[in-house]
Amino acid sequence: MTEPVLTVTSLVKRFGPVVAVDEVSFELMPGACLGIVGESGSGKTTIARVLAGLERPTSGTVTLAGEVVRDHSRRARRWRARQLQMIFQDPYGSFDPRQSIARSIAEPLRLHRPGARERHRARVEELLDQVGLDARAGAALPRELSGGQRQRAAIARALAIEPRVLVLDEAVAALDVSIQAQILTLLDDLRRGTGIAYVFVSHDLAVVRHVTDTAIVMRHGRVVERGETGRILRSPQHPYTRLLLDSIPAPGWDLDRVARDRRALDPHPAHGESSCSTSTT
Amino acid sequence: MTLTIPALRAATAGRRRRRPLGVTLAVAFLALATVTAVLAPVLAPHPPDATSLLNSLAPPGTEGHPLGTDSTGRDVLSRIMYGARLSLLAPLGVVLLSGLLGTAVGLLAARAGGWADAVLSRGMDIVFAFPSLLLAMLVVAVFGPGLTAPICALAVGYTPFVGRVVRSMAIQEGARPYMECYRVMGFGEWSVALRHLLPNMLPVLLAQSALAFGYALVDLAALSYLGLGVRPPDADWGSMIAEARSAILQGEPWSGLLPGLAVILTVVSVNVLGEHLGGAVSGKQRAGT
Ligand SMILES: Nc1ncnc2c1ncn2[C@@H]1O[C@H](COP(=O)(O)OP(=O)(O)O)[C@@H](O)[C@H]1O
Ligand SMILES: [Mg+2]
Repeated sequence: MTEPVLTVTSLVKRFGPVVAVDEVSFELMPGACLGIVGESGSGKTTIARVLAGLERPTSGTVTLAGEVVRDHSRRARRWRARQLQMIFQDPYGSFDPRQSIARSIAEPLRLHRPGARERHRARVEELLDQVGLDARAGAALPRELSGGQRQRAAIARALAIEPRVLVLDEAVAALDVSIQAQILTLLDDLRRGTGIAYVFVSHDLAVVRHVTDTAIVMRHGRVVERGETGRILRSPQHPYTRLLLDSIPAPGWDLDRVARDRRALDPHPAHGESSCSTSTT
Repeated sequence: MTLTIPALRAATAGRRRRRPLGVTLAVAFLALATVTAVLAPVLAPHPPDATSLLNSLAPPGTEGHPLGTDSTGRDVLSRIMYGARLSLLAPLGVVLLSGLLGTAVGLLAARAGGWADAVLSRGMDIVFAFPSLLLAMLVVAVFGPGLTAPICALAVGYTPFVGRVVRSMAIQEGARPYMECYRVMGFGEWSVALRHLLPNMLPVLLAQSALAFGYALVDLAALSYLGLGVRPPDADWGSMIAEARSAILQGEPWSGLLPGLAVILTVVSVNVLGEHLGGAVSGKQRAGT
């Protein structure tokens, strides 16, 4: 029996009166891919940031590779970094603008995989190759690359640490649709090749269908539906999931029905639009 | 060759962009002043304290004394060359000390945030509002004349000058997403500050230091002029001006005007250089966005 590589138990995160994440639990098996979907403001990014150690949970636990993540000592942070890495939505801001992509990728290598300089250089080339970038892109500054290239570089930098879990927060949302498909294909190949597990955060159901096996649907910080991604999309159980599906522009798209669903779900649309309710209803 | 075309283009463009004439002159003058100061024992035609009462107040152009002599017959050129040592070294000390202090306080304030930031920032405001020269004079009143005390006092006085810039840049730069990327990768906060924050602020720090150098030089010269700085037989440009007071009243201003000119040229050069460095930074930022 295999152990989950990541377990989240009753995670709560409050920002003052705002409950951004409310009693969320899930687990992730090695090499699996879990989708977290929901509208903007539903708490997806907050979960991702808690996982990456950028926010402390108000309560609840995160268990990585069988160990409960607790303190924020330097050693603990390095250990956590070796288990879990994160890709941010904005590929423009993810790099020090002053140094070349290759240098940025070499930095985590030096921290986590000490070794000879030549070994590192060879490994950087290997990583660049793995994500479909050439040596020219490696020598370039971040601003000289396209958004898609930068996101590939960010993936290479995360892979340098060889984490067991990669959290991707809207990793393709800022990219053109055709580039999105390329990056998603790359992620799929990488997962097959390395056995890394993904937590794939997205508001885009089409994208989630592409890459994830299982998914949780979030609303106002809570999980309203969970299960196999295909099943959720084929026969959604929760009215909110149905609303999300109906909200995708498609042939025969019925705006009136979307509005009706929304009213049925939330009697005060002005409140329910994007903000998290302060007290759970 | 792994040089990319864009990188190559950027490099050549950087090299081809002409440096303004004023900046070239400023760098040349500062280089000359530095060399003169370092090599004063070799280059100076006379010992700085060799008096010759028979040959006092000789005008510039006198044989053996290209810049003339002062009221006790000492060679003005030699004294300016020797005086450059203290006149340049002391402000450099102020700049280095205030640079270190300011960087530390600025980073600390930016990193701590909250009430600690408020305390440090208001503290810097108070020091900033307090005239540095007055602070230095108070310190001299307590510790007696000499250069060490005023250098330390001025360094404290100029700390906000650097600290405020470092703080605001650290907050601005620290909010950039790449900083969080380093945290997620497991890097320590201070190592990120040293390896990424400071290098990105370095041009601004240099520009700021150049300006502080000019101010410190003038302040220290003023202290020496008031007799609160260097003690004879040591000399800097400020004390040379002070010693020329009576000669100036006698209508022989050279021995005071020339060290004064040295002060002015140095300060102007340093300011021109500082402004150029600061301008280059904002230009680069514009190109980057
Ligand atoms: N640092 C913060 N301070 C205060 N409120 C926050 C902060 N981060 C997120 N929130 C709030 O938490 C809720 C969830 O936000 P977020 O996790 O970004 O959602 P999503 O990623 O699904 O769009 C929102 O109501 C947001 O305003
Ligand atoms: Mg988000």
